[in-house]
Amino acid sequence: MSETASRIIKIATKKRYKNKYHWTDYFSYFYLFLGVLLMFGPVVWLGLSSLKTLAGIQEYPPTILPLSQIQVDVEGYDKPLPIFNVTQEDGSVKQLAQIKRIGINAKMVDPLNPEETVKVPIDKREKIREFKIQWENYVDPLRKYDFLLYFKNSTFITVVATIITLIINSMAAYALSIYEFRGKNFALVFVIGTLLIPLTIILVPVFYVVANFGMINSLWGVILPGAATPTGVFLLRQYMLTLPRELIEAARMDHASEWAIYWRVVLPLSIPAIAVLAIFSIMWRWNDFLWPLIVLSKSEVYTLQIGLNAFHGELTSQWNYVLSMTMVTLLPIAIIFAYLQKFITTGIASTGMK
Amino acid sequence: MENIRNQTKIFFLRILNIPFAFLMHAIDLIMWPIQKIIGVRNMPYIFLLPNLIFFGLFVIIPLGANFFFSLSSGDELLFAERELPTTKQYDQLFDCESYLNPNTCTEDFFWRGVYNTIFFVVFQVGLMIFFSVLTAVILNKKIIGRGFFRSVFFFPVLLSPVVVGLIWQWILLKNGAFNAIIESYGGDKVSFLTDPSWAMASVIFVSIWAHMGFYTLIVLAGLQAIPPNLYEAAEMDGTSRERIFFRITLPLLMPNLLVVFILASIKGVQTFDEIYVLTGGGPGTSTSLIVQYIFTTGFASSGSVQNFGLAAAASMVLGVVLLFLTLMQLYFSRNKESKHQEI
Repeated sequence: MSETASRIIKIATKKRYKNKYHWTDYFSYFYLFLGVLLMFGPVVWLGLSSLKTLAGIQEYPPTILPLSQIQVDVEGYDKPLPIFNVTQEDGSVKQLAQIKRIGINAKMVDPLNPEETVKVPIDKREKIREFKIQWENYVDPLRKYDFLLYFKNSTFITVVATIITLIINSMAAYALSIYEFRGKNFALVFVIGTLLIPLTIILVPVFYVVANFGMINSLWGVILPGAATPTGVFLLRQYMLTLPRELIEAARMDHASEWAIYWRVVLPLSIPAIAVLAIFSIMWRWNDFLWPLIVLSKSEVYTLQIGLNAFHGELTSQWNYVLSMTMVTLLPIAIIFAYLQKFITTGIASTGMK
Repeated sequence: MENIRNQTKIFFLRILNIPFAFLMHAIDLIMWPIQKIIGVRNMPYIFLLPNLIFFGLFVIIPLGANFFFSLSSGDELLFAERELPTTKQYDQLFDCESYLNPNTCTEDFFWRGVYNTIFFVVFQVGLMIFFSVLTAVILNKKIIGRGFFRSVFFFPVLLSPVVVGLIWQWILLKNGAFNAIIESYGGDKVSFLTDPSWAMASVIFVSIWAHMGFYTLIVLAGLQAIPPNLYEAAEMDGTSRERIFFRITLPLLMPNLLVVFILASIKGVQTFDEIYVLTGGGPGTSTSLIVQYIFTTGFASSGSVQNFGLAAAASMVLGVVLLFLTLMQLYFSRNKESKHQEI
């Protein structure tokens, strides 16, 4: 009886080739687990740490959650002092505030009796912590420093540049997909040709052109040079080629102007491709660094990226503000990604650009 | 409920549409007379015009000007005030007793940049392709939570170089999280960013971290294009998984990997921003690449030390390398397309 039962169980649980666990399966999950830690960990760590006090950030070894040491004001001392649980010789535990650390000993004081100081070996004391979120990290830089302005500049550049890019690229794509005209092939090759010339190899002369237009230290100097993108033209053209020609012919029969055909017929039908280009453009512009770094040298025109880098360069010790502003800088993109994740990844996979 | 949500969505889209339609009607007031004058046949030129003006102004003219800058000398940015023609810049750039030893060059900073770039690209691209393929193959399996894992590996691609640089600079600090982990396992603290021999490794690691997701995605698309019946046939024959990988997956993935390799090389040669934020090219010049040299020579040094001509000459050298890589890419991607059509 039991033998047949075990046999049935054996047959029922027996796996086919397909479902058998292979060493690669175990390895896969191990790899993925490690990958999540390594890829996602730093950003989670950034988010948690941006809520800590400066002392909490500089603490080594660090705590994971924003648990900051409680500090108290003690009479006769200018700064608030951190308090510790100190195990005394008789085994009882007393709360003492630390004045300073000298080697392996700490000079400590009883907050209730500020006149008397005691020396305590550092392994006899333990920090008293509380869960405290330091919202000031986010509020202060926006108030004391120009981050609100940088945020505005970045938003302006991103929005205006994306609108210009979408309009002029879709116009060119429309011309290159709907019409047959002399010089079409030349125009196509011309557009492909610009693909071969990245900004890094023409930095100096583009700077010269921008300087000639008087756009140094102006947001337009950042917006205009990258407004026409060959990748954008191609993405839109490939999509527009698939639109049925009958629609355009019908519109022409109705005496629609070419411009009206472009914006009332072709543009609405190309929305999926335009949306992909819009997301890319927003990403490019928001994250842009090298070109703004060259064009913008006055702090009132800084973008968020440039401002953050400059702020970090000037005040290397203010990691609490740097971390919180880094969070602010990555948040818009993270939100867009969370909503449009599938859209972005299929867009990249099908166009091979970013 | 769904209906109401949709209606509000449409309502907001309509409101957004008003300024757009207004703008488009306004442009039509100009375009309509133009169309009357030049005729429908010539309208495509009007549509192309804005894009071509931008390309001309910010790509074609600069490219010509780059030749000019690299072949003229002087501290002025204005054309009229520069000396012409001279090969001084190139002479200075290539003035070396031995090309293998940057210390013997007049522009030792440039040659260090060249060697650092070569080292960086070889390791960054090699390791990145290895990990991209590994990740893509794993993500292509039937695993639990595939969508989640996919986005986890992809999302650093969206982070800006400044964000990437700052996050890692902070984690790799002497008293940072990485060292805390190392110490908790009994290791010694490492100066990841200030020790010259570690700085390059750290920079390569961070750069792979930031860009791997993009290439993983391309490899994944390649994996999904492999016909599943090949796998089914191999499974029926009882072929081992290792053999399936090396005999089916890898060969069919090759054209894809070639494109990834060239794309990654093109990007890798131009790497600048993450390193600029992370180490600033230091310590010393141990992590400064070619673009860093161009940036520093052309823009970053203050006042009279700026040398546009030298920066332009270095750009031309970089441009030749990139042109070669891009032509390779076009050649191979065309090959790939024709193969697809055959199938």
